[in-house]
Amino acid sequence: MYQSDNQKNYLKRIQRQRRLILFSQVAIIFLLIFFWELLTHYGVINSFIYSSPSRIASTIKDLFLAGNLFSHIFTTIFEVLIAFILGISFGFIISVIFYEHPIIAKIFDPFLTVLNSLPKVALGPIIIIIAGANTKSIIIMALLINLIVSITTIYNGFLNTDKTKIKMFTTFRATKKQILYKLVIPSSYTTIISSLKLNIALTLIGVITGEFLVSKKGIGYLIIYGTQVFNLDLVMSGILLLLIISYLLYKIVVHLENKLLHKK
Amino acid sequence: MNNILKISNLKKDYNTINGEITAIDNISFSLKKGTFLSIVGSSGCGKSTLLNIIAGLDNLTSGEIDYSPCLKIGYMLQDDALLPWLTVYQNATIGLNLLKIATEDNLNYVKKLLVTYGLEKFIDKYPDELSGGMKQRVALIRTLATKPDLLLLDEPFSALDYQSRLMVSDDVYKIIKKENKTVIMITHDIAEAISLSDTIIVLSKRPANIKKVYDVKLSNKTTPINNRGCPEFSSYYDQIWRDLDVSI
Repeated sequence: MYQSDNQKNYLKRIQRQRRLILFSQVAIIFLLIFFWELLTHYGVINSFIYSSPSRIASTIKDLFLAGNLFSHIFTTIFEVLIAFILGISFGFIISVIFYEHPIIAKIFDPFLTVLNSLPKVALGPIIIIIAGANTKSIIIMALLINLIVSITTIYNGFLNTDKTKIKMFTTFRATKKQILYKLVIPSSYTTIISSLKLNIALTLIGVITGEFLVSKKGIGYLIIYGTQVFNLDLVMSGILLLLIISYLLYKIVVHLENKLLHKK
Repeated sequence: MNNILKISNLKKDYNTINGEITAIDNISFSLKKGTFLSIVGSSGCGKSTLLNIIAGLDNLTSGEIDYSPCLKIGYMLQDDALLPWLTVYQNATIGLNLLKIATEDNLNYVKKLLVTYGLEKFIDKYPDELSGGMKQRVALIRTLATKPDLLLLDEPFSALDYQSRLMVSDDVYKIIKKENKTVIMITHDIAEAISLSDTIIVLSKRPANIKKVYDVKLSNKTTPINNRGCPEFSSYYDQIWRDLDVSI
């Protein structure tokens, strides 16, 4: 295919810019690790408080050797998946009920608004007392945080269904059920899929908050336990693991989203 | 010729929190088979309400509508309202499916219409691959699929830009004439009404009642685009414009 010089230069410029961005990103991470290690090594900053890359690495290695590393990771991921799936499913079901019965939606609207603006962590102690100090409490915590947002996004998706399309359906004497299943839900498909990204982030927040409050396992537990025994290496390792997990979960959801939206 | 529709003393009130509003009042007319009737009125005068009542989508407050026995009504909206996740064929047959009358005969009829009106190649394509005019054709075929005797057109071309509007109205007119349908079209476009219709009813401002009725008699009446060149066109335009009494 023929390309003019201008086009070639343009593509080159774009390519160069992309490389510069990637290089800078890698360099920032590398320099951060390097100076962190260097400064703690020579005692400029206190490694007991700030930890250090090498101490984090050996902490993670120890966890791995003790056979705990993956059980902590999987505990957190498992809780996230359960809360995520429950949040989306309940969010969807409640949105359908709201859509079919606008009166119910109107009745619950102010309660949802209040609950949405309340910092859910404040409910933590009550949840523990009612549900007990176990995984159940963690899931409930995560659900409290992700459910209201799923309801609002999915329900608004339903409400934004094109009015002329609804009228088109009524000109063919469509029933309420037909309108819901053949028009409203399919046309909200994109909205629902796009809400997954936000939902996975919120679920992770909920699960870690829950693990801070009650848990004997999981990344949140590592961080809170490390704080209590003043083992900052453990805290930093927990944060690093959490960074990796949240990045991977986000990537998986984005991948899923692309697959579901462009399958046509 | 028979009347397929007779409306007498139709009235419609709306209840709102701020009080009762009369949308249309004292409307009476009858419609002969094969006629192309346009109802013209300024925006918000209640012409859509009238169409909705005729279609049975809204209730009347008082008055009477006599439909000829077994009259089937089709409704076409201003927007093509095609569903982007369905193919052209699935879109064209959606009415049949919703009404649960997707018999082999009816489905074949839709296929025949799609072929006749140049959409054969697009049967399995999605709406976003069609031009605006083609989408409007699919929307018309979706309406024709249920074999209606009376077609109600609710400003069917107003979502299109001016150029396509002329082409598409020409196109739709030819299809309607070929399929030999009776039509009630509402519009606020005077030129469109004159170029397409046999009869024009001009509605007053709200509450809408019939201000004037015109039997459009054009010499050399052919297709809508050519009709715009007829010598009588501008005098009709002028009269209806005055009737509408538009003010800002």
